[in-house]
Amino acid sequence: MKHIRNFCIIAHIDHGKSTLADRLLDFTGAVTAREKQDQLLDSMDLERERGITIKSHAIQMEYTYEGQEYVLNLIDTPGHVDFSYEVSRSIAACEGALLIVDAAQSIQAQTISNLYLALENDLEIIPVLNKVDLPSANPEEVTDDIVDLLGCDPEEVIHASGKTGFGVDNILKAIIERVPAPKGDPEAPLQALIFDSVYNTFRGIETYFRVFNGEIKKGQKIKFVATDKEYYADEVGTLKLNQVPKKSVKAGDVGYLITGIKTAKEVKVGDTITDFANPTTNIVEGFEDVKPMVFAGIYPVDTEDYEELRASMEKLQLNDASLVFQPESSAALGFGFRCGFLGMLHMEIIQERLEREFDMTVITTVPNVSYHAYTNKNPDEAFIVNNPSDLPEPTTINRVEEPFIKATIITKADFVGNVMSLCIEKRGMIMNQTYLTPERVELTFEMPLAEIVFDFYDRLKTVSKGYASFDYSPIGMKVSKLVRLDILLNAQTVDALSALIHADNAHTIGKKMCEKLKELIPRQQFDIPIQAAIGAKIISRETIKALRKDVTAKCYGGDISRKRKLLEKQKKGKKRMRQVGNVEIPQQAFMAVLKLND
Amino acid sequence: MSGIYIHIPFCKQACHYCDFHFSTSLKKKDELIHALAKELLMRKTEFKHSTVDTIYFGGGTPSLLSISEIQFLIDTIHQHFTVSEAPEITLEANPDDLSVSKVEMLAQSPINRLSIGIQSFFEADLKLMNRAHNSTEAIECLEEATKHFDNISIDLIYGIPGLTNAKWQENIETALSYNIPHISSYALTVEPKTALERFIKKGIIENVDDDAAQEQFHILIDTLEAHDFVHYELSNFGKANYFSRNNSAYWQGKPYLGIGPSAHSFNGNERSWNVRNNSIYIQNIENDILPKETETLTTTDKYNEYIMTGLRTIWGVSLDKVAQDFGKNYKDYLLLQAESFINQQLLYIDNEKLLVTKKGKFLSDGIASDLFKINL
Ligand SMILES: Nc1nc2c(ncn2[C@@H]2O[C@H](COP(=O)(O)OP(=O)(O)OP(=O)(O)O)[C@@H](O)[C@H]2O)c(=O)[nH]1
Ligand code: SF4
Ligand SMILES: [Mg+2]
Repeated sequence: MKHIRNFCIIAHIDHGKSTLADRLLDFTGAVTAREKQDQLLDSMDLERERGITIKSHAIQMEYTYEGQEYVLNLIDTPGHVDFSYEVSRSIAACEGALLIVDAAQSIQAQTISNLYLALENDLEIIPVLNKVDLPSANPEEVTDDIVDLLGCDPEEVIHASGKTGFGVDNILKAIIERVPAPKGDPEAPLQALIFDSVYNTFRGIETYFRVFNGEIKKGQKIKFVATDKEYYADEVGTLKLNQVPKKSVKAGDVGYLITGIKTAKEVKVGDTITDFANPTTNIVEGFEDVKPMVFAGIYPVDTEDYEELRASMEKLQLNDASLVFQPESSAALGFGFRCGFLGMLHMEIIQERLEREFDMTVITTVPNVSYHAYTNKNPDEAFIVNNPSDLPEPTTINRVEEPFIKATIITKADFVGNVMSLCIEKRGMIMNQTYLTPERVELTFEMPLAEIVFDFYDRLKTVSKGYASFDYSPIGMKVSKLVRLDILLNAQTVDALSALIHADNAHTIGKKMCEKLKELIPRQQFDIPIQAAIGAKIISRETIKALRKDVTAKCYGGDISRKRKLLEKQKKGKKRMRQVGNVEIPQQAFMAVLKLND
Repeated sequence: MSGIYIHIPFCKQACHYCDFHFSTSLKKKDELIHALAKELLMRKTEFKHSTVDTIYFGGGTPSLLSISEIQFLIDTIHQHFTVSEAPEITLEANPDDLSVSKVEMLAQSPINRLSIGIQSFFEADLKLMNRAHNSTEAIECLEEATKHFDNISIDLIYGIPGLTNAKWQENIETALSYNIPHISSYALTVEPKTALERFIKKGIIENVDDDAAQEQFHILIDTLEAHDFVHYELSNFGKANYFSRNNSAYWQGKPYLGIGPSAHSFNGNERSWNVRNNSIYIQNIENDILPKETETLTTTDKYNEYIMTGLRTIWGVSLDKVAQDFGKNYKDYLLLQAESFINQQLLYIDNEKLLVTKKGKFLSDGIASDLFKINL
């Protein structure tokens, strides 16, 4: 155990965690030249295409240092705020963390939030100044920033480049010398912490764990403490690039377990694995269940695909336990599911995975957060509203509460004014303003979570010319003056387009919604009135004029093929639209509210 | 019965709206004509069992050819194919090429039908579209042509920015005053990558207006129908016995052989098209290679094509033919899809034929696309 080191790599998004992990893997020979590829641990297609990490990835390396062989378990984590729960899981399995800071970007919002997560778990922090190869790198100043943040010596900050491999030897040295070896009693009853699970089509659920005490042996009868279920350990092993089956995985080490579990729900991240006959009395403190932040309906474009959609969502959930859903129905869209997501990126990813992995074309309705409504009859009992249509009749409502967050934004001094106006427009209240350096400012706001769902990230990026990073954490519910804004197409309410909106903004948003929908819904063979309404009151209207010309006049012999293909494409496009009443609505129109300022 | 189409890929200058294949350099004209003749030879077996009923010189600008060049190509066709007794032989011609002497000579040649690219009788429209001729030439060529030819078609364009309904009416009346038996008329369309598209984007030319185009389309229909023209295809109007035999073949799914760069051919099952490049075309033909791509039509493709072309014509889409050629399930599908359009009075069924109403005509591509079948 003396020669094991467990560490994770944490940072703000894009500061180079996965790339640095590549270099560590190369340097220790964990991957051969043939297996090498950029951001190797980002194994999902979507991760590779978007260049972001969505899921944590664990991998084991061997490294000989001063004549002694060490086993190093590395966990690469995602940087995006939607997936910060992944970071907290990884941290619980480690004794140390590499805190990566981009030498050009310096400390950003998630650098700080992830650092605090690691400190709460008493991890040894090794600060790494990354991307020193960049011409725009600013090593002296950024080192100072890190020193200020951590209260460490400048010498402790390792200069490195995931691109060139510079500094990787120093990082390995620091991991071995500074990260404590795991403690634990190899002779004690088995006590292991589940920190992740992955679904494999052939092998079912693979459970990833960290052994704190005892050992887990192939064939052993084990028990999951929280779920109180018993299993046989069909296979255990360690996590190299490919899994390496072992007779046992011992205290201090990280490994995987296959038990024939088929559903992700049976494996609760944070749960303790112990021996069935001789259970541990030490239960590792678990994690809170991941709470969805954003809700939206997901409906098949073709109503006939409902059952298939259900099957696809269930499969996706095996992979991604943070996705929650339950059946619902919409007057406009028929049968579908109300889904809870970790954030907007997560929602986008789920929609994209449904399309590419399951070939399901879906409509995602206007997203919303989870509200608490209190009725006059029952003023003390919260009625949870995850769908605007569930909001009780306005006359019966005593009050409505919405979730608030503490938002932390780090930006350049030049943009403080812009960022403040944006946050105030978004109903934010400034709580704090700290100059981290003369140029860099940390702003703290309290604001409604709903406001960051609607068009916040893009606008933050615009008003700060890209120089703002954002992080948030929930701080509870607060009473708000909310109304439901309904949209009528051709005089019919389309419930999938309804949204709960602060009363003061309802008129502006209603107007913008109508304009945006006019832009997004193609002209059809008849006029289509669009109206925004609060209750029975129409607050805004637009008309999509009937299509006057939908024909190309010429049709020569030569044009027939080309024209047929064109019209076939048009027909396919329509297949992606949803007919509500007699109006064809394209998929992206349902997301219109998110892009009202484009 | 089948047709031969010969593409003459040269023009004096490029009209702003045009996305046809042509070159404004005549350097390769001789070589190209020889390549056309050779392609005719190379493909003579394709029409072994069928007589050639129509010959059509299209372009580009076929009126740039000399009489002897035209004669040479017609002779070549006679050499390799069986031509019917009284073929329709059309030459597309631009007004600026139709001098008095040229018209007289054409009248002596086997050409028996002229399709003249008038487009408009107004100078402003011709300038805006960058046509090579002016309004005087437009009038003069008609005066000359009508002396020698009886079977004449002219092209007219509507929906031109700045063209008022009154001026449009005047254009139609001018054409009628020459007693022309056939008119092809198109809405100005902004094709991708044309000069017109660029100018509109830059704001130099005003964008086309669909509402205006639709009004002018209706003016066209009403005026011509009042003068005994039959609106037999979306963009074509002819007096009895003067429908274009060549073009009707396209819409009725008859076979045709397309010769020359960018020309398309159809043999009932396959569509093929030659390269859109004069030099590559010539080079390949010289090396005994047919520079074409071929696509074999599936049943669904054929059904879609029939819907698309059928809805454009007075012959409509025959429900019996759909059932016979494609199967009963296609007919059922078609009727199901057509229902909402029938309710909206965009389609109607008459005598077991599915037809587009007047209201639906200008929307007929969109409607056709809805009636399509697609295999996902
Ligand atoms: N010049 C330079 N570029 C780097 C270096 N490290 C990473 N990059 C680039 O920075 C971008 C982000 O790198 P990743 O390794 O995916 O960053 P990450 O921190 O894993 O990102 P997330 O997982 O999405 O939070 C990529 O385009 C890398 O090529 C470095 O040391 N130098
Ligand atoms: S003359 Fe005809 S083919 Fe030539 S550019 Fe003009 S429209 Fe196009
Ligand atoms: Mg990454």
